[in-house]
Amino acid sequence: MSVVTTGELKAEVKKLNFYYGSVHALKEINLPIERRKVSALIGPSGCGKTTFLRCFNRMHDLYPHNRYEGEITLYPDNINIISPEIDPIEIRMQISMVFQKPNPFPKSIYENVAYGLRVRGISKRAVLDEKVERSLRGAALWDEVKDRLNHLAFDLSGGQQQRLCIARALATDPRILLFDEPTSALDPTATSKIEELIVELKNEVTIIIVTHNMQQAARVSDYTAFMYLGEIVEFDRTDKIFTAPSNRLTEEYITGRFG
Amino acid sequence: MATIFEKELTDLKGTVLKLGAMVEKAISDSIKSLVERNSKLAADVIDKDPQVNALEVEIDEECIRLIALRQPRAGDLRLITTAMKITTDLERIGDLAVDVSERALELNEEPQLKPYIDIPRMAEIAQGMVKDALDALVKRDSALARDVLTRDDLVDNLNFQVFNELLFFMIQDPRTVSRAVKLTYISKYLERIADHATNIAEMVVYLVEGKIIRHMAVSEEKKS
Repeated sequence: MSVVTTGELKAEVKKLNFYYGSVHALKEINLPIERRKVSALIGPSGCGKTTFLRCFNRMHDLYPHNRYEGEITLYPDNINIISPEIDPIEIRMQISMVFQKPNPFPKSIYENVAYGLRVRGISKRAVLDEKVERSLRGAALWDEVKDRLNHLAFDLSGGQQQRLCIARALATDPRILLFDEPTSALDPTATSKIEELIVELKNEVTIIIVTHNMQQAARVSDYTAFMYLGEIVEFDRTDKIFTAPSNRLTEEYITGRFG
Repeated sequence: MATIFEKELTDLKGTVLKLGAMVEKAISDSIKSLVERNSKLAADVIDKDPQVNALEVEIDEECIRLIALRQPRAGDLRLITTAMKITTDLERIGDLAVDVSERALELNEEPQLKPYIDIPRMAEIAQGMVKDALDALVKRDSALARDVLTRDDLVDNLNFQVFNELLFFMIQDPRTVSRAVKLTYISKYLERIADHATNIAEMVVYLVEGKIIRHMAVSEEKKS
């Protein structure tokens, strides 16, 4: 599998198994995550792609009886993200998630972005101003909101709210950005803005995206992993997956014959 | 139950095969018109060419429509792009059969230069290549497609042989030049038909295996 990626790795998943209590949801997953590339996870509902994505920032720790086995190694530090010795809060600062539906805090636009920094103990106005502006620019939202930073985040449109969530995720300088179907609640125009943004963001940060929309995976990602029943069936360059997948199941899913 | 899209793909394949059957017949009729000195048959081939052209355009339009409306992926995408490319080759084969027929019409006006042996043999091989390339498409059989590729050399060698033989005629007796030149043309047309059949077979390998093998010697292909 590792022969597929050509560049430096940001993370590597090795023999990952995940259990919801007695349910074995992820099975022996191996996957390289290349630095500053977009890796997409696709597959039918219930195949485990969101479960897999959530392992990267330890979201499963919020519920008891969830259990990880194996490793997700973060490079270059060589730490195992899912090791119990690693603080999940610290991991979530470094590996941020953008969710399906925009979920801004009931605060101002400015405070939404500044929130993660304040939690980190940053309170100097100049530092916050600079980081907020940079993150909003990074999320391609600055020009639309710079004159109303004190307005409530809920005043923004759905697409703008989602970009605000991306800005919020960027503020803490994450090393990996996770997207869980980031455009499924958005209209086509807002969707294409987010897609453009994802492609731009990969110049700065490594991205993993879960999407139900295969064409979206084709448009934004460099690598695609097809998952089925908790396993990775095929992982390859996105152009290869969409023109000539090696596995029959992948072929059937990609061409809409099942799933 | 087949989806609408699956039915559209099946229909597309059917139309490509229909075009294939038309040009196969054009090849065999054009050679028959030469060997049997049947000018009526040669005229028939020429008359039917507009139908070949119309079908080519129809297939192209259908492929473009399917790409625009269905966003085909993986095997479906390869089938549609293959159909588009091989249709161009099939139409060219149709044109070459017309060229053979035109030379046959001219040759039939004069006494026969020599018994035709190698030229019908070339036509038979070339036509078989077209037929098998299309069979390989239907059966998604890349081994058969690769077998077609190996036959191109036979046709090339026969073309060379025919040329040398006709050259000898021309040197011996300049009165044969006009007829001999026309026969070398026909031999060259058949050689081109085999080349187009080779292109089709290469596209079938791409369709089945997802691998582009054009412009690659067999030895190179093994390495990659």
